[in-house]
Amino acid sequence: MTNNEVPKSGFAEAGADLELVGISKRFPGFTAIEELDLTIPAGSFFALLGPSGCGKTTTLRLIAGLEEPTAGRILIGGKDVTATKAYQRPVNTVFQSYALFPHMTILQNVAFGLKRRGIQNADALAHEALQLVELDHVAGRKPTQLSGGQQQRVALARAVVNRPALLLLDEPLGALDLKLRRQMQVELKDIQSEVGLTFLHVTHDQEEAMTMADTVAVMNKGRIEQMGAPQDLYELPHTAFVAKFLGQSNLFTGDVISSSSTSIVIDAAGSKIEVPTARAQRTSGRVTVGVRPEKVTLHDSEPKPQSGRTVVGPGRITDVSFSGVSTQYEVTIPHLGAISVFAQNTSISTLHHDGDTVWLSWAVDHAFGLADEAEAEPISRFHADLDTSMIAVQTRKDLEAELEEA
Amino acid sequence: MAFTAFAGGASAPAVEPAARRRSPIALFLLLPGIFYLVLFFVTPLISLVITSLQEPDPLIFGQYVNAFNWQNYVSVMEQYWSHALRSAGYAALATLFALLIGFPLAYFIGITLRPYPLVQSLALVLVIAPFFISFLLRTLAWKQIFSVEGPVAGILSSLGALPPGATITGTTFSVIFGLTYNFIPFMVLPIYATLVSLDLRLLEASNDLYGSPATTFRTVTLPLSAAGVMSGTLLTFIPAAGDYINASREFLGATDTAMIGNVIEANFLVLQNFPAAAALSLILMAFILVLVAAYVKRSGTEDLL
Repeated sequence: MTNNEVPKSGFAEAGADLELVGISKRFPGFTAIEELDLTIPAGSFFALLGPSGCGKTTTLRLIAGLEEPTAGRILIGGKDVTATKAYQRPVNTVFQSYALFPHMTILQNVAFGLKRRGIQNADALAHEALQLVELDHVAGRKPTQLSGGQQQRVALARAVVNRPALLLLDEPLGALDLKLRRQMQVELKDIQSEVGLTFLHVTHDQEEAMTMADTVAVMNKGRIEQMGAPQDLYELPHTAFVAKFLGQSNLFTGDVISSSSTSIVIDAAGSKIEVPTARAQRTSGRVTVGVRPEKVTLHDSEPKPQSGRTVVGPGRITDVSFSGVSTQYEVTIPHLGAISVFAQNTSISTLHHDGDTVWLSWAVDHAFGLADEAEAEPISRFHADLDTSMIAVQTRKDLEAELEEA
Repeated sequence: MAFTAFAGGASAPAVEPAARRRSPIALFLLLPGIFYLVLFFVTPLISLVITSLQEPDPLIFGQYVNAFNWQNYVSVMEQYWSHALRSAGYAALATLFALLIGFPLAYFIGITLRPYPLVQSLALVLVIAPFFISFLLRTLAWKQIFSVEGPVAGILSSLGALPPGATITGTTFSVIFGLTYNFIPFMVLPIYATLVSLDLRLLEASNDLYGSPATTFRTVTLPLSAAGVMSGTLLTFIPAAGDYINASREFLGATDTAMIGNVIEANFLVLQNFPAAAALSLILMAFILVLVAAYVKRSGTEDLL
């Protein structure tokens, strides 16, 4: 196989490593990707997670060969493919828009890649791929006669049938409704483990990335902020962006007032918050620390100081949203701000109400220290409602008092 | 049938059941259209059919009386079959050349220029710009350019490419050139209309699925612009087959390049043989109708390639 040829060699036996070395992509007027280095091991399900405009789709298009990098090299299975065109790369993409050929039947769509490579029993293989996504019965139809979910599966079959060394998924589940999405997530994962290909999944949906991928890379402003197993990323985020983009976080910023070999303590607006040294990216100066809402416990009265637990309070509950399995509380502590708490509804009596005075505590081991400082922006999504809800609570209290007087 | 082709889609949208219900208001609203068609299409057509069957008045020379003289059709075909054949040939060649020039042009404007909307609009205006000048004037201008004293003949003569005494006008080349030139916008616009809405992500998908640029063009771009190509070829071929300006001796043609349109014109206006002219018109009409119907039936089905 020379560089000018369509890859004719049969199917990839297994997934291939993908390596990006110093990739930059500049468009007239802005830089989409800056000095990106990334290695995706063969056979893994890798998710590139980030908000829209973070450069993740550009990264994918660079790997597919649909864009040329301004600088850097792309290696697939150890071979430098930077200079090759899209149709010469052993890579297939499931496009966000599906991009099914409207003038072809489903079978012709799926067999398209095989026929371009001159593979003999293309139609039989296409039927097999359609069986994999349970759509062989619509092989003779045109794409417009299929529902969104079916089209998505056809797009997947059309890419998977080629057994590419690397399969790129560009937010392929974005247009599906929640139920179908869950179903497709499971199917995708099954297909990946069944055929053993390397999957690179680009998404802005953190839940999707966490449930499907072995490794998640969180991307922001053209850079990878943090990379690792979903659980590691969630439990120990390194930056404020990761802490807030991947799930919710309560973040506090303050100066380190004491540090030992095992932990550091910061003073956040009068509250002392302890973080294990091993879980802190910085151990001196001004540090932002955080804790996940489900790790925080509510107390009706001030708990006794206890080693290994951080206590803050008193504060007032300003919002309660009950969702059956759990309840999300919004607690406002003077000077410290609003803190989210997720409490499992393990018994009926533990329900707290709007306006209740509470204390909060969490295990020191659950806190994490960040490498950067949280920007002065709302920590939780309820922040904007804070004033109105406070006013509402106050008004109700006043009204009750008035009624009692009367 | 042919009209659905002009609408740009091979498949006509399914008629909603509600639209089939007859309402007196709908009929009333249709009246102006029906009136127009009866006055300007059906009436002349009937008149043409009647004229084509007339025979010479036995008493007054140059007058014709109504009859059922179907031999008119046979005699005009015997007399002018070579002109008919030439018309079809010239029109087909002009359509082919217009397609060869028009498709890349439409592709350039509709796809290559897509990131620059201003340049795109400007290019489109340039395609339509010749219409700002009369068809006759434009063709006369080409006659000037190709004339013996003109620049083209001058250069060719000095290079020795044009033998002494030979002319560019009045040849098969100049007539087909004129037809091609005059009908290119009719080819470009419908093709442009399909290409401008072509989803470029489909081309990327083809590239991603091992389709080289040539393969992508053949398997994706061309089939998806087939409706425009079909409309464009029809819009070029039909008027070109009946054209009598380019092939006329006053413009780019000569006696031996006369097309069926020139013959009809001569019979109506010069020879005043109205039945022969009418019969030829109807034959031309029928010929084009059959050809177009066959073409649409073949191309209008789902798989063009």
